[in-house]
Amino acid sequence: MTVTHTNTTEAPLVPDFDDDSDRKICFVCSKGNLDMAYPALIMANGALAEGIETHIFFTFWGMDMINKKTMDDLQFTALGNAAMHMPPGLGKLSDKHMPQGLAGLPGMTGMATKMLKKQIADLDVPEVPEFLQLLSDMGAKLWACQMSVDMMGLDADDLFEEVVDVINVGEFMELSDGAQIVFV
Amino acid sequence: MSTTTIAGHSVNVNDEGFMTEYDEWNEDLGRELASMIGIDELTAEHWEAINFLRGDFAERSETPTLRRVTKVGGIPTKQLFVLFPKKPAKKMAYVAGLPKPKGCV
Repeated sequence: MTVTHTNTTEAPLVPDFDDDSDRKICFVCSKGNLDMAYPALIMANGALAEGIETHIFFTFWGMDMINKKTMDDLQFTALGNAAMHMPPGLGKLSDKHMPQGLAGLPGMTGMATKMLKKQIADLDVPEVPEFLQLLSDMGAKLWACQMSVDMMGLDADDLFEEVVDVINVGEFMELSDGAQIVFV
Repeated sequence: MSTTTIAGHSVNVNDEGFMTEYDEWNEDLGRELASMIGIDELTAEHWEAINFLRGDFAERSETPTLRRVTKVGGIPTKQLFVLFPKKPAKKMAYVAGLPKPKGCV
């Protein structure tokens, strides 16, 4: 923000980048829907850009975000989503919520997924696999949940290469000591 | 508008200290801004990033985000964190005499 008064100072005004901050944040991703994959990724990106130590722990349906078989193909559905609007471009109708009966018609999930992907791409936000690679390059640590891996019959080879390790809840508690935890 | 004196030049800055006038910046000022935030030497790699930021801002009137510097400028994200530790997006913008990037990603 530009200030309007005139203020000439002798010592140069230097921003405080607060490099010594020991802030730490852990995101827990428990959902595998396309729309629920993004909140943690976008906030993690913001945290990393602020130099904050960032961990992301994937559990239950969130495993789909790091399972190589599913991560490219997350879906968005209007079913059960009472906040879902009619598609944009339909005038006043676009302000209305979508009738749930309509949301359940064949092909609607595919259509909704395609539309959401386009809206995300229009904002130049990457798809989930590319986003996870970016976060990892920025220094995020990705962790998979041991119980979910066991329950879903997965092994390390099924997981995105940048996942650091499969850990149990006790280990997650240890690594999140002193951190802010955001559950999605 | 605040002004501050950097390396003998009086420049316009915002309330955090980021320069607000694109044309007041020059390479000497860039070196000075870098040294004030702990980057003592600007290497060719630093300049590649700074020049991309300035060129992109001149075209789009917007400071590029980290992702754009990587995707369009071709400089790997990991390298940006090495060149401008901890907060590369803000630090690059500061050294290049530009506002902080506004984009979320």
